[in-house]
Amino acid sequence: MAETTSGKSIHLRIWRQKRGEQKGRFENYTVKNVLDEMSFLEVLDLLNEDLARQGQEPVEFDSDCREGICGTCGLVIKGVAHGPGSGCTTCEIRMRPFRDGETVTVEPFRAGPFPVIKDLVVDRTPFDRIQQAGGFVAANVGSAPDGNAVPIPKEDADKAMDAASCIGCGACVAACPNGSASLFVSAKIAQLARLPQGEPERKRRAWAMVNQMDAEGFGDCSNHGECEAVCPKAISIENIAVMRREYLKAFIGGSD
Amino acid sequence: MSTTKVLDARIPGGPLAAKWDRHAMDNPLVAPANRRKFTVIVVGTGLAGGGAAATLGELGFNVLNVCIQDTPRRAHSVAAQGGINAAKNYQNDGDSIERLFYDTIKGGDYRSREANVYRLAQLSTAIIDQCVAMGVPFAREYGGTLANRSFGGVQVSRTFYARGQTGQQLLLGVYSALSRQVKAGTVTMIPRQEMLDLVVDGGRAVGIVCRDLVTGELKRYAGDAVVLATGGYSPVYFLSTNAVNCNTTAIWRSFRRGAFFANPCYTQIHPTAIPQAGDYQSKLTLMSESLRNDGRVWVPKQPGDKRRPSDIPESERDYYLERRYPAFGNLVPRDIAARAAKVECDAGKGVGNTGFAVYLDFADAIKRLGRDVVADRYGNLFDMYEEITADDPYHTPMRIYPAPHYTMGGLWVDYNLMSTIPGLFVAGEANFSDHGANRLGASALMQGLADGYFVVPRVVASYLAGAGKAKTKTESDAFAAVERDVQTRYERLLAIRGGKTVREYWWDLGRVMWDKVGMARSRPNLEEAITRIRALREEYWQNVRVPGGARDLNKHLEMAGRVADFLELGELIARDALMREESCGGHFREEHQTPEGEARRDDENFAFVSAWEYAGENQPAAMHKERLVFENVELKTRSYK
Repeated sequence: MAETTSGKSIHLRIWRQKRGEQKGRFENYTVKNVLDEMSFLEVLDLLNEDLARQGQEPVEFDSDCREGICGTCGLVIKGVAHGPGSGCTTCEIRMRPFRDGETVTVEPFRAGPFPVIKDLVVDRTPFDRIQQAGGFVAANVGSAPDGNAVPIPKEDADKAMDAASCIGCGACVAACPNGSASLFVSAKIAQLARLPQGEPERKRRAWAMVNQMDAEGFGDCSNHGECEAVCPKAISIENIAVMRREYLKAFIGGSD
Repeated sequence: MSTTKVLDARIPGGPLAAKWDRHAMDNPLVAPANRRKFTVIVVGTGLAGGGAAATLGELGFNVLNVCIQDTPRRAHSVAAQGGINAAKNYQNDGDSIERLFYDTIKGGDYRSREANVYRLAQLSTAIIDQCVAMGVPFAREYGGTLANRSFGGVQVSRTFYARGQTGQQLLLGVYSALSRQVKAGTVTMIPRQEMLDLVVDGGRAVGIVCRDLVTGELKRYAGDAVVLATGGYSPVYFLSTNAVNCNTTAIWRSFRRGAFFANPCYTQIHPTAIPQAGDYQSKLTLMSESLRNDGRVWVPKQPGDKRRPSDIPESERDYYLERRYPAFGNLVPRDIAARAAKVECDAGKGVGNTGFAVYLDFADAIKRLGRDVVADRYGNLFDMYEEITADDPYHTPMRIYPAPHYTMGGLWVDYNLMSTIPGLFVAGEANFSDHGANRLGASALMQGLADGYFVVPRVVASYLAGAGKAKTKTESDAFAAVERDVQTRYERLLAIRGGKTVREYWWDLGRVMWDKVGMARSRPNLEEAITRIRALREEYWQNVRVPGGARDLNKHLEMAGRVADFLELGELIARDALMREESCGGHFREEHQTPEGEARRDDENFAFVSAWEYAGENQPAAMHKERLVFENVELKTRSYK
């Protein structure tokens, strides 16, 4: 836009790692003419265009919808998953708060169960396996009663929706000092525990998902609350209390 | 141009309302114990692909499901905001299957196939039931019943929603069903795999060749049927509301193997996206159509009025949609709202720095309903808007402008969603079948799930019952030849080492498409577009620079293959638009309009589906026609006045 063409210079200190099994290191780059309206990932796009023109390997990072809903992107910016104080996903961050000449460190989400594939791209497939363990209602197509057959109080539906908003980005894991996936797992357990449709498999679900989370090597939750602080969808750690209650009930009452 | 081949849509006989049930009785089945002997390859994990994979798995078929994302939960269906239509008539406002059918035919400007649309309307109600049963947290009333809202082009409230994240919630429902089948062992899920070509042997689709996006290895997958559910092709415009990885490669490569491409020029420009701010931009962000339930669209009456919106008095504002279309007001269909915005901006009444924007104003809604109610309905969209523009829509009207969003065109399919290649099925946005020349809001999710949960499982099963197992193995010459083609193409791209990046060519293509093949089209502009796209394509293959190597994670190489395909598709879109000497839905030819600037259709000469057949490298494709027969609705001039 006309009044902001001057732009800022941003120095980027970016984690480069050729392959998962190789050692990585930080490399420094400068991007000029950064405008306030640009998104953080558009700045990386600009950098990659420069690198591609010079025949150098671009910085690999995952992103897709670029509007905060698909959960694909995820960078640790200035030491914080999805960036400090952003309250949103990496792709939604705009360049307004960054100062001209500022040095910004960019790293991948780091957690044992999320190995680096290349540069800033990590493998989050453990989340899929946790979901496969029990994150569903077993209702085959064709077997459903009328949608209004079972009324659900608005408050329950709203709370289920709050939990269901999770985009599976993994920022909660990256932010947790223990590398726990509790916020992610609890969001699904709490969503389905609030709904009558989730009732029949409630214990089995909590039991299987929590055990799978442990098997994947995620750490325990010790109430740091870092996960909630970085969650771009403001998933509440109250869900973790629900998960513990559900798990305990399954433990005492048997998982089916 | 050859138009000899008449396409048979294989529509079952009998009255409209009985066709789908009759189809079930007339077609063979596969017995439960035999299902696991068949392998179905499904490409894509959105509502159509993921829904089909999960449901085929539930039925007992052996399913191989691939996607380009790192997990099936990220397919682009996730980004749909506003809602999903269903003819439930829960609001007692006169809705019915017939009305949803009629609205969809009319909304599509009488360019869709009656039988497919009727089936879609019939299945719509079961979709909602199924989603509720799977734990999708739809919005509800205090009494516990499901809530509805309205979308464009209709006069009932039939849209079900989950805040502004309906696509996400429906996709997570699909993802959970898919996860259950992965656990059960019926579905093998392979993420980060891009389908780069189709294998056809003995006249039927028998498999695909993919690139493993982590290692760069080429992989061969054999199956007894292939289902493509890979979405639309809006990113041919470079800037669109689609995710940055959405692409046409799977359907385009299948087109080159013999599947016909139908109605490519039917592209949807959505009226309400956040306007483009600069050339650096990677995408445009949609503001849901649901906002037009309560937002009022206006521009200043005086061209060039640069006052702040709050300084422009009521008497000097033009609420042009309410003025031009009093019966539907701000909720006219997308094609009409988008074109109307263009008309105002072209007349110099556009607002904002660029003059390419109109206001979407919530002041009246906030006065009428209170800020809390408005926040409850649209809070996440308002937040998203503020994050991007630094303006607060609670206090100052949003600035919006049309953006490429959805493509009604796609691979041609018959009533069974089968393409012109036996055994190749196409579902969801990737096919052309249900929306004619314009899709109504909240109908994409409906079609995706109708295809995925209900249509594909039935039609694929009856195909397999008739065709039996495919004999082609992955070690065969047929697979080896296709893999060689893929490898040669990517080696060629890497070897060029030219002077311009992939993205620069994509941007150039997008510019031509938007300027010449966008919201208003004309013969001279389309002819110019064809010449320029051909030149761009030729230059691309001589001067593109693709960094890195093939045996590695290399997103620029992925992009290079996709842009090469967009450079071919762009020309076909322009050719289709040039052929279609009428205006209908999203396709507006400046030569064909009424004195009031409304679209002028030509039913006598153009009530057909154009289906293009690949004719060889750099050869113009050949067109075939499927005549559209209307037995249940009367062809009328579409009016929302």
